[in-house]
Amino acid sequence: MAEKSRNLSLSQRGMNFETLMWYFTRLSALAMYGFILFAIIGALVMGARTQMNFADMMRWGFMPNGTHVQNSNVTDLEPWVSPFWKLMGSGLLLVAVAHGVHGLVVVCDDYIASARGRQIVRFLSIIMMLAMSFIGLYIIWTS
Amino acid sequence: MGLKRNVSLFTGLRYQGKGPMLTFVLHRIGGVGMAVFVSIHLLASFLGGSGGQLANAIYEHWVFQLFIFFCALFHAINGLRITILDLWPKLIEYQQEAIWVEWAVFIPVYGFAVFVIIRTAAGG
Repeated sequence: MAEKSRNLSLSQRGMNFETLMWYFTRLSALAMYGFILFAIIGALVMGARTQMNFADMMRWGFMPNGTHVQNSNVTDLEPWVSPFWKLMGSGLLLVAVAHGVHGLVVVCDDYIASARGRQIVRFLSIIMMLAMSFIGLYIIWTS
Repeated sequence: MGLKRNVSLFTGLRYQGKGPMLTFVLHRIGGVGMAVFVSIHLLASFLGGSGGQLANAIYEHWVFQLFIFFCALFHAINGLRITILDLWPKLIEYQQEAIWVEWAVFIPVYGFAVFVIIRTAAGG
């Protein structure tokens, strides 16, 4: 019988960056569920029940941005573009970009075997993550 | 290493992974699809111009919406299954049942979305 894992140090239990990202992927998935359900509940409170259809609601849920409800029957856009929803959208964006870019790295690792190739993938992933985060924030806060 | 494929492509395609393999493939297609097309959508909204407008017009077309809704909904529901089974490892015994539940949730929700998107596209 091996020693109880609880008594080992974190590194001896195999805790490294990849393990940390493994946890991050799962926990960020739960966080995105929280953001999306919160946005949908918020939409219902703001009157989506009579002014939006299911597809518009899902579009708003996946990114609470004012441009996503412009084509629905919402009469007063004011509450939908408040700083509060921009903040919520920013949170969802940052979590989603990190989750998505890490997902792409995992997919690439399945097909790219060389150490050099994997290094290039990681370098490109960091650039993509920063670029998408900044572009997304720019769109959310200026639209 | 496990990085070399020892079977022919044809054998690989006939791999009998069944339900769990199907969810794996769809999860991957959905994830990569979302990453690629949401990035394009973001860049198009950022750059604007005629190219951006064309890209967003394609993105907002109802046929494309059906595809991207499939990606997002399946990835979300399958991701929740993976998260729950991974964070509570004892439940892995019930993976097959979890996959049935997953389809039982996905099919009605996606079916309703398809119904609404097509009805809106048809002008109703």
